[in-house]
Amino acid sequence: MSNYTENELAKDLENQEYEFGFTSDIQADKAPKGLNEGIIRFISAKKNEPEWLLEFRLDAFRKWQEMTEPSWAHVHYKKVDFQDICYYAAPKQTKKYESWDDVDPEMKETMKKLGISLEEQKRLTGVAVDFVMDSVSVATSFKDKLAELGIIFCSFSEAVQEYPELVRANMGTVIPVTDNYYAALNSAVFTDGSFCYIPKGVKCPMELSTYFRINEGGTGQFERTLVVADEGAYVSYLEGCTAPQRDENQLHAAVVELIAKDNAEIKYSTVQNWYPGDKDGNGGIFNFVTKRGICGTNSKISWTQVETGSAVTWKYPSCILKGDNSIGEFYSVAVTNNYQQADTGTKMIHLGKNTKSTIISKGISAGKSHNSYRGLVQIHKGAKNARNFSQCDSLLMTDECGAHTFPYIECKNSSAKIEHEATTSKIGEDQIFYCKQRGIGEEKAISLIVNGYCKEVLNQLPMEFAVEAQKLLSISLEGSVG
Amino acid sequence: MNKVADKSKAFISKLDKTSVALPNALKDKANSILASLELPTTRNEAWKYTRVAKLGKINFATSKGNISSIDSYTIDPQAPTLVFVNGYFSKSLSNNHLPEGINFTLLSDANEVKSEIPIEDEIFNALNTAHLIDGVALNIAKNTILEKPVQILHILDGQSVMSNFKTRIDAGAFAKAGIIQGYFATEASDKAFANVTTEIEVGESAHLTIDKIQFENETSFHISTEQINQSKDSTFTLNTITLNGGLVRNNLNINVNGENCTSNLNGAYILKGKQHVDNHSVVDHRVANCQSNELYKGVIDDNSTAVFNGKVFVRQDAQQINAFQSNRNVLLSDNAAVNSKPELEIYADDVKCSHGSTTGQLDEDAIFYLRARGLSLKAARQLLVSAFITDVLDKIENLKVKTFIFSLLKERFGWEITPEDFH
Repeated sequence: MSNYTENELAKDLENQEYEFGFTSDIQADKAPKGLNEGIIRFISAKKNEPEWLLEFRLDAFRKWQEMTEPSWAHVHYKKVDFQDICYYAAPKQTKKYESWDDVDPEMKETMKKLGISLEEQKRLTGVAVDFVMDSVSVATSFKDKLAELGIIFCSFSEAVQEYPELVRANMGTVIPVTDNYYAALNSAVFTDGSFCYIPKGVKCPMELSTYFRINEGGTGQFERTLVVADEGAYVSYLEGCTAPQRDENQLHAAVVELIAKDNAEIKYSTVQNWYPGDKDGNGGIFNFVTKRGICGTNSKISWTQVETGSAVTWKYPSCILKGDNSIGEFYSVAVTNNYQQADTGTKMIHLGKNTKSTIISKGISAGKSHNSYRGLVQIHKGAKNARNFSQCDSLLMTDECGAHTFPYIECKNSSAKIEHEATTSKIGEDQIFYCKQRGIGEEKAISLIVNGYCKEVLNQLPMEFAVEAQKLLSISLEGSVG
Repeated sequence: MNKVADKSKAFISKLDKTSVALPNALKDKANSILASLELPTTRNEAWKYTRVAKLGKINFATSKGNISSIDSYTIDPQAPTLVFVNGYFSKSLSNNHLPEGINFTLLSDANEVKSEIPIEDEIFNALNTAHLIDGVALNIAKNTILEKPVQILHILDGQSVMSNFKTRIDAGAFAKAGIIQGYFATEASDKAFANVTTEIEVGESAHLTIDKIQFENETSFHISTEQINQSKDSTFTLNTITLNGGLVRNNLNINVNGENCTSNLNGAYILKGKQHVDNHSVVDHRVANCQSNELYKGVIDDNSTAVFNGKVFVRQDAQQINAFQSNRNVLLSDNAAVNSKPELEIYADDVKCSHGSTTGQLDEDAIFYLRARGLSLKAARQLLVSAFITDVLDKIENLKVKTFIFSLLKERFGWEITPEDFH
């Protein structure tokens, strides 16, 4: 045995900086800081948007001005100065890329560091990546292949230009502009995002994925994703994030809308690894996201998320189970370390008959972090035979962190069955002892136990993500031995 | 000026300011809070599921009531009994021969009355403080073991009466006692409002059990706040049985201040008609090595609504805490509703905490099984419902209290079942 003690190990790990914390130097076309109608008109004009979208933005902005920032979440942070944010930054390229070779080499390098080599992926994995760097989509692959099936998968701004009717008919139908403070803000200032449409009866043959990345210092990222699965369609959508290290807090307020028509199925998976701030709680991303899906008859929406990043997370992927026999699922692993704070959960709104929902939430708190589950299960009067099962487990790694559970269960139908269960505990000392006895180091033992604890959720992730997620879990928890 | 003049507080304008010897500063504070606070709306998180606006439309008054017999309200006939009608002490109805080791003082007689109920932002507690009519302080001396429980009966009588009533219980070190609290309303009472506060100190190594029975009527309002402080090695049990009452809200706050404490909170609520019952509880584990068990079960029928909000706090220094919380509901009608919010807020790592909440209906197969054996649908349902609720009723150790509860169940719900049927 060496003399390397646990304390030394902890010290080493504390100094270990964020792996993906680098900044790529690409000149950006920036709007001046601040938020007013002029800026919104600027963004809209910049993106050459139709009149109705500008109206949508302005309407959202006016409503946003009347709203107040929500304070009910179990998080504390320095309030965001919305006038101190730059709302538009596009990488400075005038022409669109015809081929992969045209892409700025530095941008390619960034992608390489992120481990999403497009060439590799094109060849090996069959994943079409819509890579978003600071709001403007720069490379899209597999598009032609998808186009053959009638699947539309492109950046949001492209969709606005090419398929305005499709966008107009669906956008804002699941999350109205007045839904909440951050959704309203996003509706007013969103710059880009992804749009996906799967036509009737089509099963998307590959996992669709998007990588978001905040790149320009001081810019908030306001993404908007809209996925529409028409009758009988199926799509699995992946979203993953890493962000470079910044000292000032950055705001990320995204909106994701899913529409699953009758008999359709959407599987939406996220790995979120925004910069969480350093070990003293400086910097880090504020992640205030609104995600919601609506289900038609016999349809299914499944959310899977692995949240390891961000200084503050405020995120509730929800399902409105409107159609009869529809199914909503939510699988989540949220890991917080150092001074991270996460307030996350889901809402399952049961409107239709025989609707089912499953919630599996695993929270892991380490360092001085706080991790909360906040969920709503609402059974409306017409939701006959609705069924919900919720399980929320929390794991505490140190004596300075916190784990909280705030479930809301509202039932207005006597034929509904609702179960909710939550537990909070720490990793058993005997479990660690058992591993150590068999020659597995403490750090590794914890990683092993945590992976086992999260297995139920990780199993739901597509292969590529599952590997990445496991890596992320062990990175996030390094040095957190309690 | 002795009356509240503010227009928005018209519902309490006829009430007199308290004559109980509470500290003057506290009274002033309560009055100023009352003057500035409005009745909570459903936008207020603590009142999200309970509407109290209708209280504001009634012009409440105080009254000494007119009751000649307490036979139908006596839970344990042998126990010493203190009777309060609309908050006023009734000497003639009480049987206040308390055994040795326990004494009581009427708050209106005391020279100095303490109150530690939080009144900041709590309009009903402020109201209770500012307009307190009377109440009782029970002192259980050190090392006293009470053979028989003491019962405190509070009866509402009359139209639109409001009672602001307070109980203080101080259980000395190593004492062991049972207290029965019964809340009732006479047939003549209509839209009566009992606004009650209870403060309990459980001394070192003391055992205190409270059986609280709420059986007012379908037009009555009952809002109560219990503030409990537990010292080390003590055991505290509160059984809240709610069987009647138009609008019932129980706020139960337990502060566990000493190590090795056990806190048991049990609740049963059986609702029908348009009843609304809201149970809020907070267990605050401030120190290490304690245990809390919470079990609330409810049966909700007709157009009634039940609310459960249980919160378990575990502070950073409170290691080795076992806290369990369970809320289970059975809905019997399509117009009935349940809102359940079990919460955990945990800041210590070496703990075992869990909570569970279920909502469902009676098992069709179980009903079929019973009917196949010749039971009527009504009897089968009754048997299943009572088996469901008996879990909680079994926590009540005092057989007289249990028998009384079954007599209330028979009276109100037509149950033909006695406690013996389950043994």
